[in-house]
Amino acid sequence: MPFIPHTDTDVQEMLSAIGVSDVEALFDEIPSALRVRSLERIPEGMNELQIMQLMQERAHQDGRPLNFIGAGAYEHHIPAAVWSIITRGEFYSAYTPYQAEASQGTLQSIYEYQSMITALTGMQVANASMYDGASAVAEACLMAVRAHRRSTAAHILMPRSVHPNYRAVAEAMTGNQGLILAEQPYIRATGQTDLAALAASAGQDLTALVIQQPNFFGVLEDVDALTDWAHAQGALVIAVVNPTALALLKAPGQWGQRGADIVVGDGQPLGCPLSSGGPYFGFMATRQELVRQMPGRIVGRTVDLDGRPGFTLTLQAREQHIRRGKATSNICTNQGLLMMAGTVYLAIMGAEGLERVAAACMNRTSELVTALTRLPGVRVAFSTARFHEAVLLLERPVAPLLEQLAARGIEGGLDLAPWFPELGPALLVCATETRTAADISAYAAALGAALASERAA
Amino acid sequence: MSNVPADLRYARSHEWLRELADGTVEIGISDHAQHALGDLVFVEAPAVGRTLAAGEACAVVESVKAASDVYSPVAGEVVAVNEALVKAPELINQDPYGAGWIWRLRPSASPAGATLLNAETYAAVSAAG
Amino acid sequence: MSLSLCEPLIYEYARPGRGARGQWPAAEPVAPAIPQALRRTQRAALPEVSELDAVRHYTRLSQLNFSIDTHFYPLGSCTMKYNPRGCNAAAMLPGFLGRHPLASARHSQGFLACMYELQEMLKEVTGMQGVALTPMAGAQGEFAGVAMIRAYHRARGDLARNEIIVPAAAHGTNPATATMCGCVAREVAVGADGDVDLEALRAAVGPHTAGIMLTNPSTLGIFERHIVEVAHIVHDAGGLLYYDGANLNAILGKVRPGDMEFDVIHMNLHKTFSTPHGGGGPGAGAVGVGPRLLPFLPQPIVGRRLEGTREHYHWLGAQDLPQSIGRLAGFMGNAGVLLRAYVYMRMLGRAGMSRVGEFATLNSNYLMTRLRQVGYTAAYPERRASHEFILTLKPQLQQHGVSAMDVAKRLLDFGFHAPTTYFPLLVPECLLIEPTETESKETLDAFVGAMSEVLREAASEPETLRTAPHRMPVRRLDDVRAARELDLAYRPAP
Repeated sequence: MPFIPHTDTDVQEMLSAIGVSDVEALFDEIPSALRVRSLERIPEGMNELQIMQLMQERAHQDGRPLNFIGAGAYEHHIPAAVWSIITRGEFYSAYTPYQAEASQGTLQSIYEYQSMITALTGMQVANASMYDGASAVAEACLMAVRAHRRSTAAHILMPRSVHPNYRAVAEAMTGNQGLILAEQPYIRATGQTDLAALAASAGQDLTALVIQQPNFFGVLEDVDALTDWAHAQGALVIAVVNPTALALLKAPGQWGQRGADIVVGDGQPLGCPLSSGGPYFGFMATRQELVRQMPGRIVGRTVDLDGRPGFTLTLQAREQHIRRGKATSNICTNQGLLMMAGTVYLAIMGAEGLERVAAACMNRTSELVTALTRLPGVRVAFSTARFHEAVLLLERPVAPLLEQLAARGIEGGLDLAPWFPELGPALLVCATETRTAADISAYAAALGAALASERAA
Repeated sequence: MSNVPADLRYARSHEWLRELADGTVEIGISDHAQHALGDLVFVEAPAVGRTLAAGEACAVVESVKAASDVYSPVAGEVVAVNEALVKAPELINQDPYGAGWIWRLRPSASPAGATLLNAETYAAVSAAG
Repeated sequence: MSLSLCEPLIYEYARPGRGARGQWPAAEPVAPAIPQALRRTQRAALPEVSELDAVRHYTRLSQLNFSIDTHFYPLGSCTMKYNPRGCNAAAMLPGFLGRHPLASARHSQGFLACMYELQEMLKEVTGMQGVALTPMAGAQGEFAGVAMIRAYHRARGDLARNEIIVPAAAHGTNPATATMCGCVAREVAVGADGDVDLEALRAAVGPHTAGIMLTNPSTLGIFERHIVEVAHIVHDAGGLLYYDGANLNAILGKVRPGDMEFDVIHMNLHKTFSTPHGGGGPGAGAVGVGPRLLPFLPQPIVGRRLEGTREHYHWLGAQDLPQSIGRLAGFMGNAGVLLRAYVYMRMLGRAGMSRVGEFATLNSNYLMTRLRQVGYTAAYPERRASHEFILTLKPQLQQHGVSAMDVAKRLLDFGFHAPTTYFPLLVPECLLIEPTETESKETLDAFVGAMSEVLREAASEPETLRTAPHRMPVRRLDDVRAARELDLAYRPAP
């Protein structure tokens, strides 16, 4: 039996100490009618060799296509040291740091992580991370309702240019508590949130405006104007940001006159592999005054009985209190190991390394867009400045083209038809620092061939 | 055995009330309550000028163990808040009936009419737990 | 004399201009212009360190931690069993690690086959009809479960059902979850014998009852003997039963929540199915449902159909599940964690699954017997321990002025992580102890030896316990100061 160390002698000695004749006797309080006879539909067990062979076959089956999809999960080079360190047993198999004296490694790492996130986002305090960017947006909405002193409505403006999955998760997680997430349009020509349309909500009791930068289309929003507008309405600003982009873009703490109030995002670009969608981690930061409304774990620096510095989970009582508030959260975990990956990644890359990654991503995407828009029937959707993603408009449905590309070992991007049918055939593409000039040429050639064969068909 | 001054009145939810000479009342939490909470780390008091209903949750006292709502024993308007608690929440632990007062209010009705407990009754109630 | 294993902050290794240049792409000017107003004007204050400094620093930090790989963790309700490295190796195969969540069906069949089979295996061990893998933690799984119950009643037009019954011994997330779903938590008493008070339950149910949240074995570490009765009372009143799977390890392969008439269960894959705790996460809180709640499962779910003779796996999303409670994760949840759980379950196989429940229960009963022999007081001595049991230290507190916290801190000096303390709240000064099935008899005996020594010290030198730990990298930490003088981020000198 894998992982169970007991010998027959061990079992006999233990049963004898307890005073029963066999292990089944220990289950005698359970009504026999409830006892399982056999788990018919579980296959026979496998040893490690057998399961590795199966998994290698399955992993191989999925190939290693050339990836040009972004849409909230980005392929970046991860220094080998990152996972080498975090898969050390002392981090990998450590528990939540409730016994602080036995967890200083984890706790100090979290403190360093919190410090780095505040530096990147330009805010004053950060928590120890959340499940992912999408649920962090939901938590930010709940936090805004708690924190907004004057607002009695729970009315949040949610631009359509925010990642559709983030919007869906925010709906699912906040809908049962009566929050209204009011969709706001974007300007068709620029892909930016329509500030003039927002003005239609002026005079209402608004709790918050969500601003994603760059937005789902990769487009750069006019964050200063949006932030100042929201504050003028008495609403809080929830910023949703890409951490790599923050190396080049103004930090949310500097947006508008007063800066954003709550900042969230997905930390996946920082040291987390794509890994089929997770695990990632969500980050959250805020102003000092709102620290007691922030959900999740927080680590603080303090001293021990000898006056030496040490770290501990803090503000834990407020977690229970938040659970009784007007907008309740039940989160009680953080994405420990992934948060650590982010921390080690940032320590190794530093601000200059991150800046270079961001610049390379912008340039590779720009080159990709140039190469693809040379093809007939491919043009850029939005005229505005963007970070490392772009929406391309095509003249024929995108899905069959992507299928052809996939057959050639290229994942060409995301077909936007299911979420933004109003754009017509539209494709969201991304090229990070991991894509070479040769990769881009290969894509352009493959798309050209696919377009040609579709036209011929 | 907690301290329960005889000259104050109490709510079952462990707040005390003192009538001041100028017609306002002063409110805080009892020795029993501060002891149960442990070392206080943060106090959130109601804003000056806010109107409170009797029994309304209007303040929060937070220790390492727990964060508890504090309820206004009577209705009225908040006229003063103990600013010293911002830097020194431990005043509530050290002197819950004196320096640890939390807020003062101008009651909307005579406090004599409020259904509050006298010291003896509160002492019995809080000892019973 | 305590060990001084103090590691400075990463910032203290920083020097201007230092960096891990081997990791940086070549510098290039940003060709597409960023509007001036949107540009960052000052670099973020991140540490500037060499790669070696970073590696040394975090490696040394790791050495300050306890972990399952280094220490025994008898943490009740956490199931700190061995995290098999084979699971990690399989989940981190390049084909899985590099796959984008939105990759085409053509490049997803291997991964989706694993996810589909995981869904099927979880259905089988829980006795449920449908499983969704996306909740990213136990708390999110709980949310999904209660949200589905609420959706079920609303779909039937029964809008009055908004009360969730929670036993007095329940975990704190349960009432929070109820509120998060727009419901009200209603507490019901637990009897002296540890079972839910049936009379109190009968009085509590009615037309406002949406459901009851239970775990079985309960948080007291004992099996709810009247579970079938509880199910009938709640179902007859029109409510549904939710199973908190935190204690699934006790009954894995022996009893199935579906057979106990639960309508929905959340599982903690990071407990029962051995995925790593990672210092606080990531977890995965898969949910399983009976027939009533099938339409409401959170999306997406993996489906399978035959294309010719080949099996084809695909995602079932919002369009396929019109009554779904919605999407809970940005993509499909913690895929890497799910893969680890899949590998673990395949390694255990049919026979291995029941061994888990058997040996977890054997270890727990053995440990309870031995600890009582050396002088500890069990909270429910006349009941069988499940995979965990409770000791109450109230006698020690009264006699020697030593608390459960003091015992927990002193155990660290003996090289054991403390058991869970002060949960469940019903039992004063308690230790909740769960050895798990992967610990050997020698480890358990060594733990008993340490606990016995601690008991002796409580009588002869209680001050040693009250000021423990003494042999850890830090001594007991001032958590009052941590909350009063908030220092939550390092601020480099400007």
